[in-house]
Amino acid sequence: MLSTTSAPEKTKISVKDLNFYYGKFHALKGINLEIPEKKVTAFIGPSGCGKSTLLRIFNRMFELYPEQRAEGQILLDGENLLTSKEDVALLRAKVGMVFQKPTPFPMSIYDNIAFGVKLFESLNASDMDERVEWALRKSALWTEVKDKLNQSGSSLSGGQQQRLCIARGIAIKPEVLLLDEPCSALDPISTAKVEELIVELKSDYTVVIVTHNMQQAARCSDYTAYMYLGDLMEFGSTEQMFFKPTRKETEDYITGRFG
Amino acid sequence: MSTSALHQARLAKFARRKRVNILATTLALLAMGFGLFWLFWILWETIRLGYDGMAWATLTQMTPPPNEEGGLANAIYGSFLMVLLATCVGTPVGVMAGIYLAEFDTKSWFASLTRFVNDILLSAPSIVVGLFVYAVVVSRFKSFSGYAGILALSLIVIPVVIRTTENMLQLVPAGLREAAYALGAPKWKVILSITLKAARSGVITGVLLAVARIAGETAPLLFTALSNQFWTSSLGEPMASLPVTIFKFAMSPYENWQKLAWAGVFLITVAVLGLNIVARILTRSKI
Repeated sequence: MLSTTSAPEKTKISVKDLNFYYGKFHALKGINLEIPEKKVTAFIGPSGCGKSTLLRIFNRMFELYPEQRAEGQILLDGENLLTSKEDVALLRAKVGMVFQKPTPFPMSIYDNIAFGVKLFESLNASDMDERVEWALRKSALWTEVKDKLNQSGSSLSGGQQQRLCIARGIAIKPEVLLLDEPCSALDPISTAKVEELIVELKSDYTVVIVTHNMQQAARCSDYTAYMYLGDLMEFGSTEQMFFKPTRKETEDYITGRFG
Repeated sequence: MSTSALHQARLAKFARRKRVNILATTLALLAMGFGLFWLFWILWETIRLGYDGMAWATLTQMTPPPNEEGGLANAIYGSFLMVLLATCVGTPVGVMAGIYLAEFDTKSWFASLTRFVNDILLSAPSIVVGLFVYAVVVSRFKSFSGYAGILALSLIVIPVVIRTTENMLQLVPAGLREAAYALGAPKWKVILSITLKAARSGVITGVLLAVARIAGETAPLLFTALSNQFWTSSLGEPMASLPVTIFKFAMSPYENWQKLAWAGVFLITVAVLGLNIVARILTRSKI
């Protein structure tokens, strides 16, 4: 937790009147939210409240499923990404995502990271080596894997796999990193490592994290949004949300009286 | 109920469960023994009679006239060539159709229809395929040919490969696909580098099983490639194959032909066994 008033903040993603539907089910109801640049913003709330749904709109992941549809505006640096004519691949290069379950690709550790980089850049071998090392160092995995870069990504432990996925995400140098419950499948030690990493990442990236773990939100985020049944109930600095929430429901959820 | 009465009730229940357990296990064992008995008998006879007919000449000489020395070289070559080419034709078609069904169009009526028709083809008797090719190709060009044989065999390969490719791709977790899309990978790249790669061993197994199946098919070749007593590399001519030669020789009254038929059975069995073992080894390293 950090004081959030020191530097003037720029909004990276601004959500305006966002509604989202799974077929006929109205999953997000008129969300308005400003996500500041180079900060960690956490989405909390009970299961099914729409926090992951919201996250998956930021990189238009929902478009893989034809029955899902979003209405409203999401401005990334002022441009509405929902109606942008730009190829969705270019958006996803800017807005990376790490999922709940580690998903190493069926290839070597090295190639897991090089895969994404090759999609957008033509690097020569030594530049690629450098990039892979950079990403692995950044995700605190380098010392553990530097001698087995040719081994399969799935040979790593769960925690290592998740850090590999984070390395893969930052290797293409996105501006925003979306983390969808990145620690829910990890043991406490791996979780601590990933959390450290999250705090470190915000010097370069705008990080948005969905979490079920209240302490995690308190430990690593600067801003917290509390969602319930598709509504954004309260949004503010993490400090304010955890110590003097304005709404009774938020307080109940955070203190464990509900949810 | 007192504690001891409860214990008595549990014992009674447990004794009954034990009896049922023994009965069920015995029945299962008997069923397995019955199946294995015939299987091993077939294998044993194949090896015993087939090994007898095996000689160097079997691999190097042409199929002989009755009561003369000879081998199966032309039939082995014909089988090998037709199975190889039919696999080369059928595999890409089957894999691509499987990709279409699993990745591009899973729900529409067109996909359901394709799946339904494919299932019919999958279980269609192979003689139907043979007669179809006879009617469409052989009777039109007025000639039995290796090409017609290859066509008939690839028509058997395609549905098997479509089915296994689709099933194997569906086993790839959605999370893996999403992770690749999240990096900004285009669809073709996701399919080729991620999903197909993750399902690779399963797809290869499907192809190998299809090969094992067509290696022993007689009916589709009987009406298409027919047979040939001589060595031929020209696919435009009738072509010998192991299954058809076995069929012809085993039905004959000549002893040397019957011996060669068993040698052919032995060869096919060993080849199919080998392919199955390879398929096993490949599937062991799962996703």
